[in-house]
Amino acid sequence: MSLSNYEELAAIALFGIGLTLLILDRNLIKKIIGFSMSDAGIYLYLAARGYVEGRRPPIVENGVTDAAAYINPIPTGLVLTGIVVSVASSAVFLALAVRLYERYRTLNLDEITDRVRKEEE
Amino acid sequence: MPLWQSIPFASVMLPLAGAAVTAALPPRASRRWAGALMAVVWGLSVGLIVCLLTGGGSFTYPMGHLGAPWGNELRAGPLEALLASLFSGVMLLSLLGGADKLREDLTPGRQPFYSVLLLLTLAALMAQVYTNDLFTAYVFVEIITLCGCGLIAARSGTGKSLSAAARYMVMNLIASALFLLGVILLYDLTGHLLMDPLRGAVQVLAADPARELPLTMVVALLCVSLAIKGALWPFHTWVPDAYSTATPTGAAVLSSLVCKAYLILLLKVLTRVITPEVLAAVQADQVLFLLGIAGMLMGSLHAIHQRELRRMIAWSSVAQVGYIFMGFGLRGGLGMGASVFHMVSHAVCKSMLFLAADALIRASEGHEALRNLRGAGHRAPLAGVCLSAGLLSLVGIPLLGGFVSKLNFVQAAIAAGGIREPIALAALAVSTLLHIFYCVRAVLLIWSQPEQPLTAPAPRIPWRAGLALGALLVLNLALGCLAPPVWTVIQSGLAVIG
Repeated sequence: MSLSNYEELAAIALFGIGLTLLILDRNLIKKIIGFSMSDAGIYLYLAARGYVEGRRPPIVENGVTDAAAYINPIPTGLVLTGIVVSVASSAVFLALAVRLYERYRTLNLDEITDRVRKEEE
Repeated sequence: MPLWQSIPFASVMLPLAGAAVTAALPPRASRRWAGALMAVVWGLSVGLIVCLLTGGGSFTYPMGHLGAPWGNELRAGPLEALLASLFSGVMLLSLLGGADKLREDLTPGRQPFYSVLLLLTLAALMAQVYTNDLFTAYVFVEIITLCGCGLIAARSGTGKSLSAAARYMVMNLIASALFLLGVILLYDLTGHLLMDPLRGAVQVLAADPARELPLTMVVALLCVSLAIKGALWPFHTWVPDAYSTATPTGAAVLSSLVCKAYLILLLKVLTRVITPEVLAAVQADQVLFLLGIAGMLMGSLHAIHQRELRRMIAWSSVAQVGYIFMGFGLRGGLGMGASVFHMVSHAVCKSMLFLAADALIRASEGHEALRNLRGAGHRAPLAGVCLSAGLLSLVGIPLLGGFVSKLNFVQAAIAAGGIREPIALAALAVSTLLHIFYCVRAVLLIWSQPEQPLTAPAPRIPWRAGLALGALLVLNLALGCLAPPVWTVIQSGLAVIG
């Protein structure tokens, strides 16, 4: 038996690396990169699961209306929606990182927390 | 299709469309416009409850008139209508009560955008309540998450709110990624996203032993992601800073509404998609039960240690979310019903607490610490009464909503039987004891005589805040004294939800 689901394997690796970065790295920008990677992993998985070997993209061509000629269009649509959502999330988080950097001149979340605590006292 | 069946659609689309023009309005007009839209949504939701109770049952509304299994659907029953009216009503009162503080906390340029955030949150809450489609739920979960970030970070001039917002974003984005993965894996396994066909497909999966591992993974991903967003212990790390630094309107909306929206989504997933039988088969209900109990105890223990009033109230939210998860973990409809009632009573109570705490802090020259609030009740009597009523409701004193909540949990625990009954009853007893420690201590503190009276006269509570506090106080008393009708609506809603 030969291995054929390379896309899914790559997706799992991307998701794992991304989520680890998001959880463990202290740098805000790296956290955002990790978030984007983990979402990209999920979208790759979804797109790979919706792809059917040997079929065409779901755009009617030459009047062929038989559904069996095309791949499943729903996962592709979900990926598009999902990309929009994660772009918005990354943008908001990046804006927050910019504001924090302007104020504290660092992107390390632990250091920022320390500085905030000192400001309090 | 009768016209009133379009109310769920209108409840989502009105604030969404209204938010688009709000940014162009001046600050004051934007708040009035947002408040008016909240009032309209509230009126529509109340009308929907009446229509559903007289017309009976529930209905699905096909978006774009494309039926299942292709189209996107909204679904409404008595439970959804009740929650929609609760969310819109409490949000209106939170805006009303915090409006004067908003003017101080935010620069004028930001105030219209704050109204936009509130309206978008309302639209997303309504979509969360009514949607029948898991991917739509994901998209609106993200909208609530991003709006929540804005509600925390909007306060001008403090680095603390920015760092709280950053912590909030990290935890919530982890949860978003896990939730999306859970939805996608479920779609991969079943080929459905609408809840009704999913339910049948999940039953088929559960009957196949080879599919047990993937199904368990999906249940775990959905539960954990929504537990992080709903702030269940031990995923609560972002809560205390976020709730205590946000402006009062933001704190009230985040703690009493936003976190409930995630829990409602989890309730819908557990009852309509996973079903209690499958949940028990993969033993997830035990995990929810135990984490809920841990949350109940840990939240209250931390609340006792707090030196600031608003942080204490924020920690108490963690305990209340624990109660709700314990209810999810108690088998049978009574546990779910008790959880929903607790969501209602906690939403009404926590928004009042945050608004009253803010009024007391303003009456004490802006001091946050508990020891500086000694005698604050005498300086702002209405806020003092509201804070006392809210804290005593958390303890579970009769005539207040929290008492009925606890009674429901006890009944659900007894009905559940088995090993859960003694564990749940003991946890309820210990948790009530812990509540007495911090709630009664704070109540006694604000009504005792101050050691040295403040020289400056206390500022009067603005009439808007007074009105909002009064209305919330009446709601709390109504929930405590007139609980049976609410309980009937919840039970009839849960009966048709499955």
